[in-house]
This record gives sequence, structure tokens and C-alpha cells, in this order.
Amino acid sequence: MWLGLDAVGVPAIGWLARRAQREMSEAAVPRLGVMGAFVFAAQMVNFPVAPGASGHLMGAGLLTFTLGPAAAAMVMTAVLALQALIFQDGGVLALGANVFNMALAGVLVAHLCYRHFGRGQFRSAAVFAGAALSVLVAACLALAELVLSGLAIPPAPLLIAMGLFALTAAVEGGLTVAVVGALERLNPGWVRAPQTAARPALAALLLAALLLATAGALLAASHPDSLERLIEQMGLGDRTRQWLGSPLPDYRLPLVDPPWLAEAAAGLAGVAVVLFAGALLGHWLRKRRV
Amino acid sequence: MHHVVVEQWTRRRSVLHALDPRCKLLAALVFLAALGSAPTMAPLEAAAYAGLLAALAALARLPAAGVAARAAAVLPFSALAALFSLLEGQSGRAASLLLKSYYSAVVALVLVGTTPLPGLLHGLERLGMPRMFVLVAQFLYRYLFVISEQGQHMRQAAVARGGFGQAPRRVRLRAAAGLVAVLFARSYRRAEAIHRAMLARGFQGRLAAMRPLEFRARDAAALAGTAAIVLAVRFRVWTAW
Amino acid sequence: MVTAPLIEVQGLSFRYEDGTPALKDVHFRLYPGETVALLGPNGSGKTTFTLHLNGLLAGSGEITVCGLRVEKHNLAAIRRKVGLLFQDPDEQLFMPSVLEDVMFGPLSSGAPPPAALERALRALEQVGMTHARDKAPYHLSAGEKRRVALAGVLSMEPEILVLDEPTTYLDPPGQRQLVWLLRALPQAKIVVTHDAALARALAGRAVFFQSGTIVADGPVEEIIERFGWEAGRAAAAPHLPSTPER
Repeated sequence: MWLGLDAVGVPAIGWLARRAQREMSEAAVPRLGVMGAFVFAAQMVNFPVAPGASGHLMGAGLLTFTLGPAAAAMVMTAVLALQALIFQDGGVLALGANVFNMALAGVLVAHLCYRHFGRGQFRSAAVFAGAALSVLVAACLALAELVLSGLAIPPAPLLIAMGLFALTAAVEGGLTVAVVGALERLNPGWVRAPQTAARPALAALLLAALLLATAGALLAASHPDSLERLIEQMGLGDRTRQWLGSPLPDYRLPLVDPPWLAEAAAGLAGVAVVLFAGALLGHWLRKRRV
Repeated sequence: MHHVVVEQWTRRRSVLHALDPRCKLLAALVFLAALGSAPTMAPLEAAAYAGLLAALAALARLPAAGVAARAAAVLPFSALAALFSLLEGQSGRAASLLLKSYYSAVVALVLVGTTPLPGLLHGLERLGMPRMFVLVAQFLYRYLFVISEQGQHMRQAAVARGGFGQAPRRVRLRAAAGLVAVLFARSYRRAEAIHRAMLARGFQGRLAAMRPLEFRARDAAALAGTAAIVLAVRFRVWTAW
Repeated sequence: MVTAPLIEVQGLSFRYEDGTPALKDVHFRLYPGETVALLGPNGSGKTTFTLHLNGLLAGSGEITVCGLRVEKHNLAAIRRKVGLLFQDPDEQLFMPSVLEDVMFGPLSSGAPPPAALERALRALEQVGMTHARDKAPYHLSAGEKRRVALAGVLSMEPEILVLDEPTTYLDPPGQRQLVWLLRALPQAKIVVTHDAALARALAGRAVFFQSGTIVADGPVEEIIERFGWEAGRAAAAPHLPSTPER
């Protein structure tokens, strides 16, 4: 069911690794490997999040801010692959999808946020948003893929899932801000400086495009009729259905009661709210610390 | 710990252990592709896959109960998806989802239970996996337990001083963040020390090639046999009669 | 008779990146066949000093190893001559199996694989670890790790061994075995240690580091006596002259 994404994720990471191979020497291997082991270990540390509840760091954001996006993507891929193979964590069938969602899309979002907005007074906000969005985008993509693979999700659980994702994302953002802060006290050199010649407009555009694509995928997935209509209109019907259709033999349209526009708005608003709340919270955390 | 058990399995001896990692990787890939692309599974199909997996685990001399229990670790993830399907009244689909992910976990366990990880990575490299990725995974695996133990010790030290206990949540959160940061610092310094140790022994920027592998006739036969059975089940040959 | 020293260090000084001075005008000589103990308080520069002998750190001053100046174009040759045994064997054993790790040095310095294998097997034999050749380093005991790390250094066939706290993490029988093993090795040695008994067991001469420089050089017994460098005795006699830290 996730084979399509395995087919995307695997070559993408291969391309990335080959690029990284050109840019990094094998001298970087010990660092990347050991930091991957660090992510494993860090995921075992429980953080008290709310009364009676604890969470743990996923680490994509933290790695992106410290090692840079290419290295972070590679390390996250290795982490996910070993978790799936040895611990059956996430499962090998979903590995390609997980790599695509977390190691590629998640890292990219975190990188865009941090690289272009990580300077000046909104630094903590960018750290928070980058880490939070890396989780949120990965989770939304996973959900979209599930739905695309033909799984019917009723609206109520979908909303609950979205809520949980937003919460997890906020936790990841908060934890990453805390850890980055602690790291900077230990050795400022470990946290990469965001690039100076930032082009905020372009970055904002890219980021927005990425978020919209995620939201769009989720929406289109939960409302395949509209996706289908779009495909029909573009005259791509037959061929696309061949691609999309074959892995989804017993494809069934989920019946959704509320009009899709409402949910579309809700989804986008959700992302916007989380982003805004993240920015505020990150800012606030930073102020409290100083 | 869990991984140590799986690693112990790799030190047993069996027909499957003796096969070339590439043969096992490709066979597992065929199996996973068949599982991943399968429509809702029919009972006969599910039984056939189960039989094949049981036979493979037995051939590999892996403990059946251990494999069955460890494969269950994959279930929480697919259980959620299955629950959605159930809510929509698609019980066949839900069962199929669970079975597919469970079977895929068994496939993975038979693979990693009969092939030591370095051999597996070496096989992957020979099958075209980028070398950089293979090396990173190799170092990750080597230091996984070292760093995890270090984290464990730090946690114990914190708990021994009453950490994570009664303090307000904000204090505990800061302590945990500090712990992760220190673990990061130690990992980072360790990586530098490893690099230094490599330089001290003449490392000049390229790791030497790993030991050669040998793909023999029996590897080809095993691959062909497994693939044939898996594909036969996947395309339900019995419906032809 | 005048023999040329294997290692000659003249006026070595070094500052860390943040400006902290670590070594100040260090002069040192190591002659063929001798073993010198490096004693001194924590942070006095002993380990930093040893990293210079192999070109891992580069300060100002002049270092000559077997007649070669420690400079960038000589590093490969020098690293073959000076074998460094680090304090934490986990940092030294980074390959997935014991044999691959011991082969790492010869392979990295350009030996063809069959020769590297032969040298690795000989080194494993020397430290008595041949039986563990296919094990993963993670599964070795502390003493075994130390021996394998030593084999990894010996397979480079060095002329000088630099050992940084070689007995840490070892139990007393393990320490004893390592001492026997080291004494049987013909190479000239530099041993960094806090352990007076180990210094005595291995070295004839000792130098004492303080605040980044060598403040004394002489027979090991004399140096230990002069600086009160014996853990057991210090505990027994509380009024011994205290050693200034840093």
C-alpha cells in the first residue's frame, strides 16, 4: 500500500546520498553515524509534557539545525531504516513513506524555517516552528498517504488525529527550543548559524508552497472525488488512474458529510494556528529564559 | 535488550544464515513487494504466506515464539489504520492491513535474524545503495549501544539524585533538555575522538572496502525458489485450476 | 655512545582554539628501547602532548620522529611509526568486527588486503585475541577491547607506542596481563598514567608535567618520590606536601 512512496522515497534518498557523497568526505561518516546513535538514545529520554503525559524528541529539527539539511536527512534515514529493520518500529513496508515524510519533507521544512527566519529576535520562534512543522508535515503526509492508499477515515477520527498531531508538533517544537538553548550554552558552535543573505520572500513562498502541498495532499486524499475531477479536467484521467489505481484495487470513496470546503478551511486554519502559536510560544520561551 | 537478542540469532548456523546477504535482501524485497501490492487478502492467501514464513523461520532455526512476539511490535502502527477501516465497516480490509504489516515484520526479522548487520549493509552496498549511507548506518549501529548506555547512565545519575521526581514540571523539562544537550555534546566529542583515532591509524579520507561477498548457485536457487512461491501466492495461481 | 633519539621535541607550545594555553615550551627526548612515563595532574597537558607526536594537533616548536619532522607531507609516514593507544577503546574500535578493525590501519596506509590480513592476524596473535576475530567490538569485555585496540596499533608495525592510561577500566588481573604484554613488546614506549605502580612496572624514566610544561625528568622512582605521586601513600600520610592542581 505504501509501495508508491517507497518508489519515491528510495530514489530521492539515493540522490541525496550521492550528492552528499560528493560534498562531504568520508571523514564526516563518524559524526553522522554517532549523531544517528544520539538520536536513538535521545528518543529514549522522556520529557514531562503535561500532567501524567510525557513525550520524546523525534530529532529531525534538532539534527537539521546542528548538522545541516543534507546530513540530517541522511542520518534520519539511517535511523528510520534501522528502527524499521531491527525494532520493527514503523514497519518495513512503510519505510519508504516514513523516509519521505520525516527525513525528506520534515527536514526540508525545518531547514527552510530555520535558514531564513532563524536570525534576530525571532530565532527561537523559527527553531520552534521548524521543529514543530517537521513533525506536523510528516504526520499530515503520512495521513494523506494512508487515505490515498484507499483507507477510509471518518471525519471525526481524522480531526482527532489532526489535533493529536498538532499537539505532538508543539511538543517537538518546545523540546527542540529547550535543547537548542541548552546546547548553545554548552558550545555555540554546535548550532549552525542561519544563512546571512536570506531571501525571506522566496523562503516564505517555498515554505508556504510546501505547507499548502501538504494540506492539499491531505484534503485531496480525504476527498478523492475532487482530486478525480481535477485529473479529469486536466485530461490526465486514464494514465493517472493507471498509476494511482493499480496499488488501490478496492478503492472506495469515503462518504464525508460536511462539505469539503469547510474541512479545507479547517485544515489550513489549523496549520496557520499552529504556526502562529508556535511562533508566539517560541518567542515567549526565549523571553523567559533571558 | 531486544536488539541483542536479534543479534544473537545471527550467530546461529542454518541454511539461511549461510546464504549471501544479497540473495536474502532480494528475496525479502520480492516478498515485501508482493505483500505491499496485494489487494485484500483471501484466507487461503493469508494461510499460504503464513506457512511460507513459518517454514523460513524454521529453516533459519529461529525461535518461533520469539519471532512472533517481536514482529508484533509493528502492530500498534497498523492497528490504528485497521481501526479506521473497521469504523467504516471494512472488516476484511482491516484484517488484511494487520496481516500485511505483521507478515512484513516477520520477513524483516527473518532477514536481520539470519544476517549480521554489517553483512546486510555490505550486501546493500553491492546492490547499489549509496556507500555514504551504508557507512553512516554502519557507524550508527556500532555506536547505538554505546551512546544509549551513556544516556541510560546519565538518566540513572539524575534519578539517583532525585531527578525527574517531585520537582515542578518546568524544572524537570529543563533537566531533561539539559540531559539531551549533554548527551549531544558527548556524542559530538566522541565522534571527534573517533575521527582522531582514525587519523592516528593512517585514515586518509576513504574507508577500505569491506570483505568480498560470493553469490553462488545455491543463492540463485534460493532466491528463485522463494520468489516463485511468493509470486505464485500473490497472483493466486490456484484460481487457474 | 651517542644514539640518535627516536623522538625529539623542542620548544613545543600549543593553545586551544579558545586561546587557553595547553603546552608551553616543552622539550622532550625518547631514545630507542626505553619506556618513559608521563606523570602529572589532570589537565597538565600530558594527553595534548601525545597528540602532537602523531601530528593530530599542531603547535609551534619542532618535533622530529625517527629523523622525520612532523609536518603535513610527512604525516602518513609518521603515523605508521607512532602508534597511539587512546584512553577509551570504544573510540578506537569503530569497525563492525574485530578483524576489520585491526586491518583498518594497514589498509588505510595502503597495504594490499592480503598483507593487511596477515599483519592483522599476527597482531591479534600477539595480544592473544585471535579467537575473537569475528566478534563485534561491542561484545568484548573491557580487557579484550584494550587488547584488540592494541592489536589495531601493532598491526601498523610502529616503532614507538604511545599509551594513554592503558589500564583504565581493567580489573587487577587484566592490568597485570596487560603489563606483561606491554613489557614483552620491543618498541620504545611513552605511557601516560596516574598510576605510580604502572609507571614503575613499565618505565625506567619519568617526566612530570605541570601547567603545560615538563618540570622534572629523571628515574621513575625519584619522580614519584619527589612529587608524592602515589595514591596509597598519600592516603596513609595526610601531611604529605600537597600537589598543586593545574
